[in-house]
Amino acid sequence: MTKFFTLLSREIRSYFYSPIAYIVLVFFLLVSGVDFYFQVSFMNQRAVEYSVQEAFFNSVFFWFAFVLIFPLITMRLFAEEFKLGTIEPLMTAPVRDLQVVLAKYFGALIFYVILWIPTAFYFVIFQAVTHEPAGSSTGAYLGSYLMLVLLGMFYISIGCFASVLTRNQIVAAIISFAVITLLFFFGLVQFILLDVGSETRQLLGYFSAIEQMGTLSRGQIDTRPIVLYVSMTIVMLTFTYQAFQSRKWRL
Amino acid sequence: MIKVENLTKRYAGQTAIENLNFEVGKGEIMGFLGPNGAGKSTTMRILSSFMPPTSGRASVAGYDIFENSLQARTHLGYMPENVPLYKDMRVTEYLEYRAALKGVPHRRMNERVGDVKELCGLKEVEKKLIGALSKGYRQRVGLADALVHEPDLLILDEPTSGLDPNQIRQVRELIRNLGRQHTILLSTHILPEVEMTCSRIIIINRGKIEACDTPENLVSQMRTATGVRLEARAGNDDGIEELKKIPGVKDVSLTTDGDWQVFSLRAEAGADVRPEVFRLASDRRWAVRELSQRKATLEDVFVEITHADEV
Ligand SMILES: Nc1ncnc2c1ncn2[C@@H]1O[C@H](COP(=O)(O)OP(=O)(O)OP(=O)(O)O)[C@@H](O)[C@H]1O
Ligand SMILES: [Mg+2]
Repeated sequence: MTKFFTLLSREIRSYFYSPIAYIVLVFFLLVSGVDFYFQVSFMNQRAVEYSVQEAFFNSVFFWFAFVLIFPLITMRLFAEEFKLGTIEPLMTAPVRDLQVVLAKYFGALIFYVILWIPTAFYFVIFQAVTHEPAGSSTGAYLGSYLMLVLLGMFYISIGCFASVLTRNQIVAAIISFAVITLLFFFGLVQFILLDVGSETRQLLGYFSAIEQMGTLSRGQIDTRPIVLYVSMTIVMLTFTYQAFQSRKWRL
Repeated sequence: MIKVENLTKRYAGQTAIENLNFEVGKGEIMGFLGPNGAGKSTTMRILSSFMPPTSGRASVAGYDIFENSLQARTHLGYMPENVPLYKDMRVTEYLEYRAALKGVPHRRMNERVGDVKELCGLKEVEKKLIGALSKGYRQRVGLADALVHEPDLLILDEPTSGLDPNQIRQVRELIRNLGRQHTILLSTHILPEVEMTCSRIIIINRGKIEACDTPENLVSQMRTATGVRLEARAGNDDGIEELKKIPGVKDVSLTTDGDWQVFSLRAEAGADVRPEVFRLASDRRWAVRELSQRKATLEDVFVEITHADEV
């Protein structure tokens, strides 16, 4: 267990050694800041039926920034170690393959959570300045951030898997970007298929990140996405682990 | 400490090593020699559990590398070829990370990391980024990493490649001192180094072991152990034919240096043909300015065993 934490702490620190972490942080703060600003000024112009917090988590800006960060934070995880050969000292130390896979996964997840912390201050500041609540309820905040963590868990596991497949970071980034975008837009299919029944549409809706976010950010905690993303994450991590082990036989 | 049985490794379409069998005993410094692509690094990577063999078994420090890979790795210090390192970490930080990974307890961390920095001459660069170090210093970081958890056994893949002569001497000294308490398997292309440090040598060529013995035995058992050089004026005699008649002489070749003839004789192992050559020269009244014998070196052994490559 101590070895896991040794690995984990290096993984998290390694984000801050490289410029990627700072670029992602700045990019993310910029996009989420602009998003927040737009939502607030939009609401200043007309009356709407949703809260600032709800709007923030459901805008185009938000989703745009969202799908882009995953390739950026996961592409280097394994690919870089393969490329630089540092996988050799790493795997000849007495550590288990599973410890390495999980340390890399949770390192990325923790970095991802760190990215989101500043956005919580937007709402705090909004409230302090306007003396009005930014969200409709505590549950709405919890729901939004729960959805972020759930989606993050799943998409990072996809990024991990893409990174273990290749020694080229760009290839890893393209694979995970393509898969995540496809999955993401799969949720929009219901708007295109006009001639399907409402049942099919509802079924597709269960898998739509946008729809799930809509529900959770209103504070309606739904257990279906929780089960869906936790199980999908476990599946992807199992694939990652298998691919990482079979790397030995491919060498 | 190391036991290898019928070890075979095939890469896609190519056999890197085939049916290797050898043992390295406690306290031995074993040299692992062979031309490029002979399979040295492949063998070492298998022994360090980095990749599995295609077939065969091996054990390290008494632990099977398959069944007890974690224990085997705990007792082993491995320095890979080219020493890949995280370039964005600082020397001390990296060594502490590696020590923790290899199970050095927290209370002994400072002592161990301090010791290996001292031993490998890393004190003056301890705060530097690894990426900013010269190749020689990176090599030392790799060596310090291999030593930090006090392993019983060291596997070093070309530890002195790319070092300057002073550093090579230091590393050699270090390896010799380490050899007092550790078992070491080391590969290198620098043959004098092997003669000076190793107690036994394995020569491997195209994935097969060609020789395994002490350096002294290898040199003395060489088939064409010695070469004799004669510089003379043989006048009208056919020097080559005359010299070839001497018992023990296998081959004679001739070059000229001005109006002097330079004969190079290859003699059979153990035979000293110089008195006979001298007698012949004085009988025939050749003028002689040099008669000398060149001792076979490990290099001759190496070339003889592996030269088939060039054909
Ligand atoms: N990853 C790999 N995939 C395919 N073939 C490989 C791989 N690694 C090594 N080989 C082949 O296996 C053979 C042995 O390589 P190895 O690296 O063990 O040689 P070596 O004795 O260490 O040589 P050198 O002195 O150059 O370091 C070579 O023919 C090499 O081309
Ligand atoms: Mg090699």
